[in-house]
Amino acid sequence: MLLESMYQEIILDHYRNPHHKGLRDPYDAQVYHVNPTCGDEVTLRVTLKDVGGEQVVDDVSYESLGCSISQASASVMTDLVIGKPVSEAMKIGDAFLALMQSKGQARSEPDEDLLEDALAFAGVSKYPARIKCALLSWMAWKDATARALAETDGGQA
Amino acid sequence: MSTGSPGAAANGKQSLDVGRIRKDFPILDRTVRGGRPLVYLDSANTSQKPRQVIDTLTEFYERHNANIHRATHELGEEATEAYEGARLKAARFIGAADETEVIFTKNVSEAINLVAYSFGNATALSGPLALRDGDEIVITEMEHHSNLVPWQLLCERTGARLRWFSVTEDGRLDLSQAGELINPRTRLVALAHQSNVLGTINPVQDIVARAHAAGALVLVDAAQSVPHGRVDVADLGADFVGFTGHKMCGPTGIGVLWARRELLAEMPPFLGGGEMIESVRMERSTFAPPPHKFEAGTMPIAQAVGLGAAIDYLTDVGLDGIREHEHELLRHALPALAEIEGLRILGPTAPENRGSAISFTLDGIHPHDLSQVLDDRGVAVRAGHHCAWPLHRALGIQASTRASFYLYNTHAEVDALVEGIRHAKRFFGG
Ligand SMILES: Cc1ncc(COP(=O)(O)O)c(C=O)c1O
Repeated sequence: MLLESMYQEIILDHYRNPHHKGLRDPYDAQVYHVNPTCGDEVTLRVTLKDVGGEQVVDDVSYESLGCSISQASASVMTDLVIGKPVSEAMKIGDAFLALMQSKGQARSEPDEDLLEDALAFAGVSKYPARIKCALLSWMAWKDATARALAETDGGQA
Repeated sequence: MSTGSPGAAANGKQSLDVGRIRKDFPILDRTVRGGRPLVYLDSANTSQKPRQVIDTLTEFYERHNANIHRATHELGEEATEAYEGARLKAARFIGAADETEVIFTKNVSEAINLVAYSFGNATALSGPLALRDGDEIVITEMEHHSNLVPWQLLCERTGARLRWFSVTEDGRLDLSQAGELINPRTRLVALAHQSNVLGTINPVQDIVARAHAAGALVLVDAAQSVPHGRVDVADLGADFVGFTGHKMCGPTGIGVLWARRELLAEMPPFLGGGEMIESVRMERSTFAPPPHKFEAGTMPIAQAVGLGAAIDYLTDVGLDGIREHEHELLRHALPALAEIEGLRILGPTAPENRGSAISFTLDGIHPHDLSQVLDDRGVAVRAGHHCAWPLHRALGIQASTRASFYLYNTHAEVDALVEGIRHAKRFFGG
């Protein structure tokens, strides 16, 4: 049934036990994003660190209110990006965006190695009203990361 | 009322023949999500359309289509007559003094904006309705964004101060604030007749009496009341009343602003364009008398005619019968919902003196998730803040689920809702 394809066990697990939740200090940038159609909201912080001249995602912490899809998506997102170089994490974000825009019919096979648990959201892409829920925290993360990068650039200049 | 209508007998007591009414709504026959019968409980969002309205739209386009007021041919005459006929029907439906008090807009949001912009324009032109420093506009915390944002914008443009009634825990206006809020500085009070979230029916007459005593005007957003029962503008006593066609079995793209004739005469136009003028010169123009002063450009003609057909349909069925039927559904739904563990109904929990929209929260299950499970079973409800974000904040919640009933809903559909909610609890292990 369609419903089970949307609410995969992985999603429900992340929803019930979200990873990396809570706001932590210190951080490089903080953003607040809302989904104006339903009021779901997330406050998200990003910390970057310089590893051999490359910016790496040191931590992503967040506080959020919303449905199972938006909560699980935030949890999965933090699992995927923390510890990765920013450039690589951005690629994962792009792959997730492509998956969400696929309407359940990706033109090419989604990259399982890149997306890991986030693959479970493929079912969500069939429901236009829910895609924004899945993307909320990713968009917040991208925004916060861009700001954090601008900060570090500014710092180095 | 014509004999053999699906409405109640002439005494209006006997409830509706819902089986017959449902046959008028073709969409209720379709299935959704892989073969499930549609259980449409989202009429507060938009209502479904009966065959009579759909046929009227088709017939207009097939037989009478022309532009109105300016065509010098037979079709133009027919189209004009149909459009102006719809205005007359709308005027009678709400007890207007005459049809020149009825202005067509594209929806109630535009009707409210028309008034707000007209006040703004009056202020810019120092007209009789101009707002002055220190003037106040009063709204309520339970307003739909459509009766909230236009007033915020007006206040920003003019320097007037926006004030509002708060909402009590049981979902009613806190009238203890009335004495302070409605004062000699108040110029306008704008409030919903019936809340689209809580179902609360507001004491409009009481507010009107206080406002008029203070020299203020009153605008009533009747989007949720006009479709569901008899509303008479003279009884309400307000100065402006707006409603929207698509929530009352009519097409989208058509709404109504009713206002007292003296006010319409004083109000400067909102939109400028064709058909709203008396005479145009390069330097300046003069304007047609109301209602045409406020109807710039080619209007939604077929939609107005369709609204006329919707008014005929509702009148034929009988507004009292519709109210009674919805009341019966409420008497069934409210206790059945209240019995579900962890379910909290927002607003009045007794069926008396209450509209048929029921919003609620369910412990541990977000409205989006609940509505998704219901949708999977063919039950269409709304989830979110229902364009009443400040109200949700005031109630200390982020979102809610709303089921709303109309003349075509059945007791079996109430049961399908309740069973669907119980299923969602099992599905999410709540
Ligand atoms: C109370 C109330 N006011 C205003 C509106 C706005 O109606 P519309 O979108 O047709 O302008 C609605 C419905 O959405 C409503 O329920």
